Amino acid sequence: MTAPTWKNPLVKWVDTRLPIFTFMHHDLIDYPTPKNLNYMWNFGSLLGIILVIMIATGIFLSFNYTAHVDLAFDSVERIMRDVNHGWLIRYLHMNGASMFFLVVYIHIFRGLYYGSYKAPRELLWIIGVAILLVMMATAFDGYVLPWGQMSFWGATVITNLFSVIPFVGDKIVIWLWGGFAVDNPTLNRFFSLHYLLPFVIFGLVFLHIWALHTAKSNNPLGIDIKGDQDTIPFHPYYTIKDSFGFGVFLIIYLGITLFTPNLLGHPDNYIRANPLVTPAEIVPEWYFLPFYAILRAVPDNFIDIFGLLPVIIDAKTSGVVLMFASILILCLLPWLDRSKVRSAKFRPIYRQLFWIFLADCLVLGWVGAKPAEGTMLIIGRVATFWYFFHLLILVPLVSKYEKTRDLPESINASVLSKRTEIQVPAE
Amino acid sequence: MNMKTMITRLGTFLLIASWCTAVQAAGGATPPPKLDWSFKGPFGVFDRAQLKRGWQVYNEVCSGCHSINQIYYRHLEQIGYSSEEVKKLAAEAEIPAGPNEDGETHEDGEVIVRAGKPFDKIKMPFQNDAAARAANNGALPPDLSLTTKAHPAGVDYISAVLTGYKDPPSGYKMNEGMYYNAFYAGKQIAMPNPLSDDAVEYVDGTKASAQQMAVDVSAFLAWAAEPEMEDRKRLGIKIILFLIVLTSLLYALKRRIWSDVH
Repeated sequence: MTAPTWKNPLVKWVDTRLPIFTFMHHDLIDYPTPKNLNYMWNFGSLLGIILVIMIATGIFLSFNYTAHVDLAFDSVERIMRDVNHGWLIRYLHMNGASMFFLVVYIHIFRGLYYGSYKAPRELLWIIGVAILLVMMATAFDGYVLPWGQMSFWGATVITNLFSVIPFVGDKIVIWLWGGFAVDNPTLNRFFSLHYLLPFVIFGLVFLHIWALHTAKSNNPLGIDIKGDQDTIPFHPYYTIKDSFGFGVFLIIYLGITLFTPNLLGHPDNYIRANPLVTPAEIVPEWYFLPFYAILRAVPDNFIDIFGLLPVIIDAKTSGVVLMFASILILCLLPWLDRSKVRSAKFRPIYRQLFWIFLADCLVLGWVGAKPAEGTMLIIGRVATFWYFFHLLILVPLVSKYEKTRDLPESINASVLSKRTEIQVPAE
Repeated sequence: MNMKTMITRLGTFLLIASWCTAVQAAGGATPPPKLDWSFKGPFGVFDRAQLKRGWQVYNEVCSGCHSINQIYYRHLEQIGYSSEEVKKLAAEAEIPAGPNEDGETHEDGEVIVRAGKPFDKIKMPFQNDAAARAANNGALPPDLSLTTKAHPAGVDYISAVLTGYKDPPSGYKMNEGMYYNAFYAGKQIAMPNPLSDDAVEYVDGTKASAQQMAVDVSAFLAWAAEPEMEDRKRLGIKIILFLIVLTSLLYALKRRIWSDVH
């Protein structure tokens, strides 16, 4: 690829000193993209746009928000009632968080299905896991800010998780709170972090795209790009395809925001935080429910059954460890899955396991929304077991013994043969 | 895996994900019956006459114990009162006047008051939570600004509780000073039945049955919780129509640009 020549003298002047226009041309226009990407590849650029929407609406909200335990709840209500179109900005931000997670989960499962985490994209994948973690921290901080009942009690439950750290856990929790309970210092630092972390995500996204554009995009066949005939330039092909996808997304996002804005939230968060009244059920936002189910899955006597370290590790500790492990383990996936074939299209057994794994995650989400008792607890334990069993045992085993189907010769050959297939009946 | 099955499966995923959040616990109470509200659905709007009746019920009955802190008298213009009427409504309330020229807020142990103005918050029945508890047998009457958003069943829940008072089933153990109400979590509520037929005399001549008042005041509280609702839906219809046109055009353009690849 050749560097473009710039006609505009100002652009040229800047570009010779700082090749920002060449850089943008290279990565947003010329970027050679596999020509066979399906709509599952829309979600990456969509996530970038959502991040910008969240930062933009968030900045406007912060103009009118007050991070103080006595004023936060009322300041949010003032935004909803007296700030011009404040309700719109606030509902966009609130539902934008839900959309962000919905889209990121689709993006992740797309990567799992098509083997996008495999060489040479391991680092790209690991940066993605890091983005997910920072997103979760940001979303959690943000949920605390309106200072409703779920804000307060969610913050209490989650910060308490750190108390399981050996020896210094209790001290760390006090340090996180800035006091001896979730209170004004906690709210202040959560606001500060909620403003800071999106820019950390922004930086990580930059690295994510850099790594992507170095390794180039994976594709539904999971085979490498062999030459120019396999690719098309990002613009106009994928800019228009992504724009169309963005339109569909906006219909869903704004449909929810404008017609049923509180569908995905918890009603208790419209009750002012009260440290003296515990809600009947403390439930996180829907996007944390699978992890919440894992957190609560470990039975109290589980460790005793095996007679191992019953004193040091209790149910709470193992729940917390499992919950964090459930995400961090994804970083190891490129090495757990030894199969050279990327796409599940050519992996008959892995493909079935993929859908079972997706169903398992949905079951975890469902269990996470229910009180941890009776049948629910047992389903939650089975689903938690399957989550780790799939990633740690099944994936390595299947990748070793599975007989994969023959891969097509090239992306271009596959696209061409599809074209003849479609044309045959028309003759 | 072809595109179609993938989209179907994605659709199922979306459905289940949204359903997961809908199944959050309601606490053992009887689920409230779903009533037919004028403001339900994407085209629903508030019935102004009903909101005014609801305000009258709030003002004459509920406001004895419950505050509605997020609402100012000026907001009442949104439910159909003229600015003159709002001034009059506000003036009926006595609002603490703040320090006088001598810096005093009290006179002979009484708070110095003035007539309310449109920019005042709706007058609170008690000075603070402690005073509210002291006057209500230890129970705290909740603020009513956000009640319909603060319960999964929303406005249906409010009207169900207001009309849900019954004698407890025989042998049911009631706590001291509590009233049986099947729709309330735990089925025992500290608030005595607030509405009885003709508790208010409606300005518009509507017969003030307990049921009528319950429905009217619930509608008023739904407005108080979501005063932006009508603007929101109106904007929503415009935006969704616009987006459908825009997205169709983008799709046509996409087909055209891609015609030489496929």
